[in-house]
Amino acid sequence: MLHSFWPVRIVAITALLGLGCGSSSPPEAMGGPVAMRRLTAAQYRQAIVDAFGPEIEIVGRFEPDNRREGLIAVGSAFVAVTPSGFEQYEAMGNYIAKQVVSEVHRDRLVPCQPRSRTEPDAACTEAFLQRIGPGLLRRPLVDGDVQTRVTAAAAATELMGDFYAGLELAVTSLLIAPDFLFRVEVAEAGPGFADGLRLTDISLASRLSYLLWNAGPDAALLEVAARSGLSDPDSLGREVDRLLASSRLEDGVRAFFEDVFRFDEFEDIGKDPIRYPAYSAQVALDAREQTLRVVVDHLIARKAAYRDLFTTRRSFMTRALGPVYVVPVRAEEGWEALDFATDHPRAGLLSHASFNMLNAHSGRSSPTLRGVFLRGALLCQKVPPAPADVDFSLFNEDDNPKYKTARDRLAVHSSNATCRNCHKLTDPIGLGLEVFDGIGRHRSTENGAPIDTSGDLDGRAFADSVDLGRAFRDSPLIGACLVENVYRYAVGRDPVKSERRQLRYLEGRFEDSGQRLHALLRDVAMSDGFRTATRPRRDPAVEEPAPRVAALPAEKEAT
Amino acid sequence: MSPGITRRRLLRTALRGSLGGAAVTVGLPFLDIFLNSNGDALAATGAPLPRRFGTWFFGCGMNPPRWNPTKEGRDFDLPPELQPIAKVREHLSVLSGFSVILAGETNQVHRTGVIGTLCGGAPTTTTDNIGPTFDILISDAMGSTTRFRSLEMAATGVAKDSFSRRSESAVNPSETTPLSLYTRIFGPGFTDPNASEFTPDPKMLVRRSALSIVSDDRRNLEAKLGQSDRARLDEYFTALRQLEHQFDLQLSEPPPLEACSIPDRPNETPVSQDVAHVVANHELMTKVLALALACDQTRVFNMLFSDGASRLHSPGSSDNHHTLTHEEARDPELGYQPEATRFVMHGMEAWATFVQILASVPEGDGTLLDHCLVMAHSETSDANSHSVTGLPIMIAGRAGGRVRPGVHVRGAGDSTARVGLTLQQVMGLNISSWGSKANETSRSISEILA
Repeated sequence: MLHSFWPVRIVAITALLGLGCGSSSPPEAMGGPVAMRRLTAAQYRQAIVDAFGPEIEIVGRFEPDNRREGLIAVGSAFVAVTPSGFEQYEAMGNYIAKQVVSEVHRDRLVPCQPRSRTEPDAACTEAFLQRIGPGLLRRPLVDGDVQTRVTAAAAATELMGDFYAGLELAVTSLLIAPDFLFRVEVAEAGPGFADGLRLTDISLASRLSYLLWNAGPDAALLEVAARSGLSDPDSLGREVDRLLASSRLEDGVRAFFEDVFRFDEFEDIGKDPIRYPAYSAQVALDAREQTLRVVVDHLIARKAAYRDLFTTRRSFMTRALGPVYVVPVRAEEGWEALDFATDHPRAGLLSHASFNMLNAHSGRSSPTLRGVFLRGALLCQKVPPAPADVDFSLFNEDDNPKYKTARDRLAVHSSNATCRNCHKLTDPIGLGLEVFDGIGRHRSTENGAPIDTSGDLDGRAFADSVDLGRAFRDSPLIGACLVENVYRYAVGRDPVKSERRQLRYLEGRFEDSGQRLHALLRDVAMSDGFRTATRPRRDPAVEEPAPRVAALPAEKEAT
Repeated sequence: MSPGITRRRLLRTALRGSLGGAAVTVGLPFLDIFLNSNGDALAATGAPLPRRFGTWFFGCGMNPPRWNPTKEGRDFDLPPELQPIAKVREHLSVLSGFSVILAGETNQVHRTGVIGTLCGGAPTTTTDNIGPTFDILISDAMGSTTRFRSLEMAATGVAKDSFSRRSESAVNPSETTPLSLYTRIFGPGFTDPNASEFTPDPKMLVRRSALSIVSDDRRNLEAKLGQSDRARLDEYFTALRQLEHQFDLQLSEPPPLEACSIPDRPNETPVSQDVAHVVANHELMTKVLALALACDQTRVFNMLFSDGASRLHSPGSSDNHHTLTHEEARDPELGYQPEATRFVMHGMEAWATFVQILASVPEGDGTLLDHCLVMAHSETSDANSHSVTGLPIMIAGRAGGRVRPGVHVRGAGDSTARVGLTLQQVMGLNISSWGSKANETSRSISEILA
């Protein structure tokens, strides 16, 4: 099973080698295939806000996202729309359309007065479409977009005797259009791209704005794209810098970390109310928000090094979180800053309640789930799934009086060779967080026995949970993995072969920048792989190699 | 002249006259199909009562020695874990010993068993693009006859808890609460087939023409896409056509249905993996589903009681059903895991409740259940070892007289694809074999047929 960890070691080594390469020129790279990506719920909501303002209410249920290779951004290129999902999109779209043309909002959103309230007015309908259409479809409208809608709107107006019924139809039709619900990337042949394709300016505009703002391109970016301005690196650079300087960068950074941290799973989280009286739905919401606040404050406001997120003692607190962190919170509502003292057991992201409650069972902590998450999301290492035929009877139940702590219970796993190979990767770091219970509350004993949080991260010994944070901070994988995740998130797929060298280069630049996120995002947006493409992918079953992990027989041993 | 008729005239005039251009091309088939020359909706056709198909899933299996009957045939015994179905045994058959044949494929824990049964083959990789599940094949064969192509429900309250899929990229999400299920079916858009007067809403016509604008644009978009994205666009348009059909039904007067009545609107209920919540929500959802079927809103459904690797949980416990199956010690005297087994019993009781509710709705000469075919299944037999050998399967209902319940059939290690093949045939699919590789079979299970 150790086969699956070879890539990890290669990443580690090249990350170290990459340190000195920052000043060399970027390697040439050709991006992978473009795809059609379904908007996430957050992206849909933002598109409605951008088009119609925050006053418009969105009611309905979104189809569940699909996480692939650790990211919803990758899964979004695989999900389609089901009948029940489409039913929801139509109902949501129609409800939004009704509000947009309602008497409350029409003066603000419709740029013209119809000649008559009861008769069709093609010119006004077209003016309205030109106002909202490009933003929603993320491209300039073509004649067909406008003509079919003007004709159908006129028919609806005559049927209902209401000009605005026609506009309502036009809005609904945009909100259910596949090129609204999906970001359709298109690549074309271009000068200097003999072997492959470049993204069209319009597609690149969306890729860029979704990476940096988690939203469609604004009017200014769309305007630059419409006159092919993004093909010119200088002009592209100016747009990248404009987007990076905007306050909307926070939306993009939050969306990225929510994806990497699997925070969508908060929607289905549940904790036992008897074992965890301090837990509530509000605690879960605030724990999620707390982590995002720390990340945004650290990386964007302070422009601090990514690695220092694992040791920072700066945090934010609400009343609801007070009982979980056992700290007094003065603010009755909202957030207040809080710096944990240097001798406090809370330091760095890993001590956050969010990770510890998300990667746990409903009634107890789970060193294994935590270990799998930390390896996968933060170090980009894949832990194979448990083999099917393990004799679990060796591993005894939670309340067996013989085994007081999780460490005792998991020790049984390491006596079994089949289990040992994977559990030795997950458990030592997961056990380092055992002082945080199933909702992330601090404890120093379990069933009366002291909890030992010492361990070892790939050869680096750590004494306790705070020191585990330091071990993460010092790991060469931490920066390399962030680069890989940002890149995969940006292009919505795993890197192809020719992008691997480019990734090494980006890793080197990231280290040289002192692990500054702004610098990384700019480098990614300007990279060849981000802007170029091969032909669209064919049937994934044909072209994607089978993952090594699942195919490996469980009994293969390694020393 | 009633207001309904006036409106209908208006609608028809509008259809003929002003919904010009693109929109009229979609208006016309609607006119042809659903309205006769008098402007009345089509009357009841006098056709036989519809047959319905459904699945009912429970996670983490059972204890084979305590679940599998020992006697085959009609006077089979009910071992301890089948005791809850005693009250409905006349309505169902038990299939034991049917397996997903691995033939060298890795048993992907909590996935292979369910995918194997529903798709007729063991998945080869964890990201295998697997589908369709055979409920989709059945609903495809039925065609768009009802408002909903199928209904998916999860008593766990998690939309992702669903196995029904056209492909890996189009997994049908579950309704998550009794109220959301009720609202989807009996809320706005529901037309009572037994109402004395039918008044089509012209707004539906406008909404329908929004769909046709999108259809008109299909080719432009398709030209830009690669092969797999085109397949996803096809899925999008399949979904769109279903909604078009739904609007058409809302615009036409439905034939009266004797068995149809509208259930009480359920209250908001707590939703969690707490087994008491799941049991309560399951029962409420089943009651709504039963009347959705009686009102012919759908003919295919998938109910999930607990997910694969069931997270069902009892208040105060540090464990859930899944972790218990792996970590609870076997009681040396009892020979099984007592805590984990409690969840098996909850599942079997819920299944019996489900069958009872469908059997309590009179329809035609019998009950709703008589016109249904429901397969209960799980992803494992013994969950402790993730076994996909001898999966627990039960078949309820008579499928309109094509199936005779009340028998225990032992599969002796045959593929569960035999079950899928048989049920598809019962539902009218003209197929002689089904399944892939080692699971492919042409042997149906004749013992359960009438």
